[in-house]
Amino acid sequence: MADLTSNFLGIHSPNPFWLASAPPTDKEYNVRRAFDAGWGGVVWKTLGEDGPPVVNVNGPRYGAIWGADRRLLGLNNIELITDRPLQTNLDEMTRVKRDYPDHALIASLMVPVNEDSWKDILSRVIETGCDGVELNFGCPHGMSERGMGSAVGQVPDYVQMVTEWCKKHSDLPVIVKLTPNISDIRKPAQAAKDGGADAVSLINTINSITSVDLDQFAPQPTIDGLGAHGGYCGPAGKPIALNMVAEIARTPELAGLPISGIGGVTTWRDAAEFMALGAGNVQVCTAAMTYGFKIVQEMISGLSQYMDEKGFASVDELVGRAVPNVVNWQDLNLNYVTKARIDQDACIKCGRCYAACEDTSHQAISMSDDRVFDVIDAECVACNLCVNVCPVEGCITMERLPAGEVDPRTGKTVSDAYANWTTHPNNPMKCAAE
Amino acid sequence: MTGTHAPGIVAGRLDRTTLRENFGDLHEPLDSHEAAVAADRCYFCHDAPCITACPTAIDIPLFIRQIATDQPEAAAETILEQNILGGMCARVCPTETLCEEACVRETAEGKPVEIGRLQRYATDTVMAHNIHPFSRAPETGKRVAVVGAGPAGLACAHRLAMKGHGVTIYEAKPKPGGLNEYGIASYKTVEDFAAREVDWLLSIGGITIEYNRALGAGLTLEALKAEYDAVFLGVGLGGVNALGVEGADRDGVSEAVVFIADLRQAPDLTSLPVGRHVVVIGGGMTAVDAAVQAKLLGAESVTIAYRRSQDRMPASRYEQDLATSKGVRILAGVMPKAIHGNGAVREIELEYTADEGGKLVGTGETLRLPADQVLCAIGQTLTTDGGLALEGGKIAVTGPGRSSVPGVWAGGDCTAGEDLTVVAVAEGRDAAEDIHTALMG
Repeated sequence: MADLTSNFLGIHSPNPFWLASAPPTDKEYNVRRAFDAGWGGVVWKTLGEDGPPVVNVNGPRYGAIWGADRRLLGLNNIELITDRPLQTNLDEMTRVKRDYPDHALIASLMVPVNEDSWKDILSRVIETGCDGVELNFGCPHGMSERGMGSAVGQVPDYVQMVTEWCKKHSDLPVIVKLTPNISDIRKPAQAAKDGGADAVSLINTINSITSVDLDQFAPQPTIDGLGAHGGYCGPAGKPIALNMVAEIARTPELAGLPISGIGGVTTWRDAAEFMALGAGNVQVCTAAMTYGFKIVQEMISGLSQYMDEKGFASVDELVGRAVPNVVNWQDLNLNYVTKARIDQDACIKCGRCYAACEDTSHQAISMSDDRVFDVIDAECVACNLCVNVCPVEGCITMERLPAGEVDPRTGKTVSDAYANWTTHPNNPMKCAAE
Repeated sequence: MTGTHAPGIVAGRLDRTTLRENFGDLHEPLDSHEAAVAADRCYFCHDAPCITACPTAIDIPLFIRQIATDQPEAAAETILEQNILGGMCARVCPTETLCEEACVRETAEGKPVEIGRLQRYATDTVMAHNIHPFSRAPETGKRVAVVGAGPAGLACAHRLAMKGHGVTIYEAKPKPGGLNEYGIASYKTVEDFAAREVDWLLSIGGITIEYNRALGAGLTLEALKAEYDAVFLGVGLGGVNALGVEGADRDGVSEAVVFIADLRQAPDLTSLPVGRHVVVIGGGMTAVDAAVQAKLLGAESVTIAYRRSQDRMPASRYEQDLATSKGVRILAGVMPKAIHGNGAVREIELEYTADEGGKLVGTGETLRLPADQVLCAIGQTLTTDGGLALEGGKIAVTGPGRSSVPGVWAGGDCTAGEDLTVVAVAEGRDAAEDIHTALMG
């Protein structure tokens, strides 16, 4: 069993798996059960200003998309921040932190953009003994219409300003939660850093309409015949989140800014991927909402086994390990030539690779009368579509042509020299040969 | 005395409630959730092996995708345009040796997509809503005689009616359906499905059926040829092979097909007699259907005696497993030698067999089993050929069912090919297309 203990911004937790600020962390009952189930930390459901709490819709607040066998792939919500009184949440947080001192407890905050509001809320949450605060600049629905959430996160100047206020009015570590609903994630990340943030967390949910009721002609979830855009999350959004995490991690100006990775983490492998791309820990929501708190046990055992196999003594050895390998397209080696290879013993002869290649790619797979599928090297551009549509994992692989071999598609001899677009003869902007 | 231990062939071995349970649906229909889960397993293969394996070439991936996307009615149309008896075939097809055997998930996981049950889900949906998705082309004025209202004749008649031709079916029995009505285990077609399906099929219009009209009995092929523009024979196999052993004429020895037909037509199963110890001779689907139903009727012991090794049985492995799961014993490698008894059968004497260079021979070693009832399921034979040329004991045809006589087509069990409902449907359908071309060309 590897050592999974996590130290994120000096906040210690038994493992790097935190529950994100969301419905699962809205009250003491849930959070205690989450900690008992094995979660390392919790970002409490976002707190708002004191006074009458926000109200939620009384119709459905979630929409979803599914894969085969109704496996939930993406979840959309129009729920707002906590709709319980501030003091109730603070009292519960205090009790939970007292009883679980070794687990991370973070307060997520969203109040109007004025310094007093932030100062007030900070003074209240500090009393709970929580380990840090997360500034919710991410929720794209509902609260954003009131100038909060992603409405702040989309304006880097505001991000910096509010972050500065929070650093000024508390000693707690400040995590700035970023919205993906922006064209360049590096800008708000830079603003957070400039404002003194201790870390960023991302991504918050993606603006979305998951589906349309074709009888009522209204977005789903539908409230009395109408629908509003919501925040999208879950495994279907993971690639977007991974990229944004990587963008921050590999930007020199942002180097060293700790990241809490969020977005579709469902298994230990997802978590490890986020961490390899620079996340110091991960936050999970949809997977827990789909399967319950127990999934963390799989994450713990899986990450532990992986770290043992790799010989990693601590999770920090994993963090950022893939960052140097994230480059721009123009840096990719164009002399790296691969061809699809089909393992005939593993092939179940469904023919999906053939249909995909024949209809939509390069006509590089042949099909015999007895359904043997073979790759035509002279046509194969190694696009990987056959690998992706094959239902049997590992049946089709991409294998590199060794240097010296002739690529039958191009007629050129494969070179083991690295050569990218910047020096390619077809590139009108190519760098002059030295 | 009744009950399973009562000697002889008696009725009422089991009470009504037990019989109702025993003869209920072999497989419960899929509900919409189960259908969605089952449909999600289909990979939508390219040029799918299941289609190739289906004698009627139903576009299975398409209909399953239609089910998965909440269009069971469209799925049914996809099925029925290739196989108008898709509802029955969903129940009786040996899918384990056809589409489901070919399913790539059988290769991958040993667990194919449940194509048969999904097909039933789709076809049951349209039949429950009484939707008939096909309509007739304008009347052509052409008239076609179809002999036999079994699967081949019905499929032929429907396709011809769809093309605008007028069809008269001559059926020897008082009911339509052929083996669907008379020859298939009742737990495969509960709630009078065979009759309901025929009613639904006939709702296209343009088809009339004359019952109790058999070829030979006042009805000649010559007369039909003279009266109609074309004739299709789907007469099935009316005879059975003789057992040909000493004592085969004893009371209690009968034909499995008759036993099955009686069971299918019995208004009350408590009045249907069955032996205490039943031995079924044969190894095909008829043998299994008879044996399982004898057991379900309350026979104390039922044995299928098959002359070759069990792996050679024409009944599929799935059918064999069904039989043994119901308590039927399969005894392979034995052939009947004599039937003993004083008037009625009391024992059957079987001789062990050996395969000597492909030839089956008796070893001389025998065993005796107690038997009150012996059911023979050793093959059926053609009895109505209308004077047409034969080949291998069946009506000789070329191409899509063309017989030796111009203007006369044939299909189904009376012609070569596997004796399966689905094959008969394909042959009837294809003959109809050929007839249409011939009549309109």
